[in-house]
Amino acid sequence: MRELLELLEKNARLSTGELAAILRRSEYEVDRDIQKLERDKILLSYNALIKWEKFGDDSVTAVIEINLTPQREVGFDAIAERIYRFDEVNTVYLMSGSFDLLVIIEGKSLKEVADFVATRLSTIEGVTQTRSHFLLKAYKKDGVIIEDEEHDHRLVISP
Amino acid sequence: MSKWAERLSPAVRSIAPSGIRKFFDIASKMQDVISLGVGEPDFVTPWTIRESCVYGLEQGRTSYTANRGLPELRREIALHFLRRYNLDYDYNTEVLVTVGVSEALDLALRAILAPGDEVLIPEPSYVSYAACTTLAGGVPINVAARIENEFRITPEELEPHLSDRTKAILIGYPNNPTGAIMERADLLKLADFAQKHDLIVISDEIYGDLTYGGRDHECFAALPSMQERTILLNGFSKAYAMTGWRIGYALGNPDIIAAMTKIHQYTMLCAPITAQVAAVEALRHGEKYMKKMVGEYDRRRRLIYDGLKKIGLEAFEPKGAFYIFPDISSTGYGSTEFAEKLIQAEHVALVPGNAFGASGEGYVRCSYATSIPKISEALNRIENFVKKHRR
Repeated sequence: MRELLELLEKNARLSTGELAAILRRSEYEVDRDIQKLERDKILLSYNALIKWEKFGDDSVTAVIEINLTPQREVGFDAIAERIYRFDEVNTVYLMSGSFDLLVIIEGKSLKEVADFVATRLSTIEGVTQTRSHFLLKAYKKDGVIIEDEEHDHRLVISP
Repeated sequence: MSKWAERLSPAVRSIAPSGIRKFFDIASKMQDVISLGVGEPDFVTPWTIRESCVYGLEQGRTSYTANRGLPELRREIALHFLRRYNLDYDYNTEVLVTVGVSEALDLALRAILAPGDEVLIPEPSYVSYAACTTLAGGVPINVAARIENEFRITPEELEPHLSDRTKAILIGYPNNPTGAIMERADLLKLADFAQKHDLIVISDEIYGDLTYGGRDHECFAALPSMQERTILLNGFSKAYAMTGWRIGYALGNPDIIAAMTKIHQYTMLCAPITAQVAAVEALRHGEKYMKKMVGEYDRRRRLIYDGLKKIGLEAFEPKGAFYIFPDISSTGYGSTEFAEKLIQAEHVALVPGNAFGASGEGYVRCSYATSIPKISEALNRIENFVKKHRR
């Protein structure tokens, strides 16, 4: 199962036939394993990494540090939930260190993101402070180097 | 012009040029060619290794090194063999750093061969073995390994080729081009054979780190009482994706290494220091990156083995290196013809088996040091080709 997950993590478009050959299992078994992993919520989704700017879309990404006052019984979880339920919110992590939540937000414009932070996030009860950082350039994401041009410098045939 | 050709050394003239040149010329003119003909990793050298070389340059490490190589590199090499195979080599007298295994092979042969000495070479084999033997004044005696035995060589096959001039046996496992390995039991028989006939064993183990299916490589020198008579050749090219750096090494008894060093100091002086610095980093911190690449080769190996089988091209399952060696005789073509027609019709490049000796006829070598999507596409194209051309 681990190898199946590793393969899909790197390339979710591998066909069942390819996976079966690589894993030395039948296609039926591979499909069954994938269904089980999906059911068990281990395999959550199959995402593509897209360079939207190159496609022509301008978007703004902000990383926001949030400080919270933890609540009795539920700690940070209840506030985190209030935050991650917004569609605008892409990613939420609970952090150690000088702030509590790291939130990543994507929006169409600086203004849109700033408005969201000011009117939605900072007004949530328990949020004591927010610090927003806007991303300027992505160099590498999820193990993929963004600007990497793939060149095969090798001779076409060598002994 | 012919006058000049006649004045060339007879040894050089006796050697045929490599059989892959023609395919190289065709393939390099094509736009959408998928090459399964590449004998090197598709990964670039891990960054930590590249970065250490850059740092070395910044620090001004641009000088000659000792003829035998940087002491810290020789020490790391000796340490590696101690840890991995429990083999004890003195880094001062029993290790020589060379410009790739290619140079080490040349040095080994030149160091031991008297004119007319014979070297047993199991075939199919890497293209340099026979040529370097000839250039060193020796006589290559090719011994065909059989597909029925997964291209492993046995003493029974070697025995009839012995003569009073037989000085050495030259083996390369895991094997290029077949992907064959020798299990411990096979090697023990070969060790007895070498002992019995007092042969020097040159063991090219450049693919030693690339073995699959949970099998660990068996180092020939680590077999009982084989260390002294073995010239062990290895390097960084394949396991660490460092082909262009040209760093290899030879391990052997002090007399042989001293003799090889003598030739090396007059012909090469030393291996490039920049690459030696990088090689130190490879041994100190490169293993985890190497293991990751090996894991990736293993996946591709299973994919291509399964794919060729489905197409109906028989191949035994390769256990090492990054080659698979299918039998293409069912198509009715010979190796060269198959490779030529395939590249013309489907733009897939591979190397005809006869480039690795006469016993490779009827086979082709496919390298799977290529990404999974490319292997899949190449398999589709080969399937197309075989369907149309099967006779």
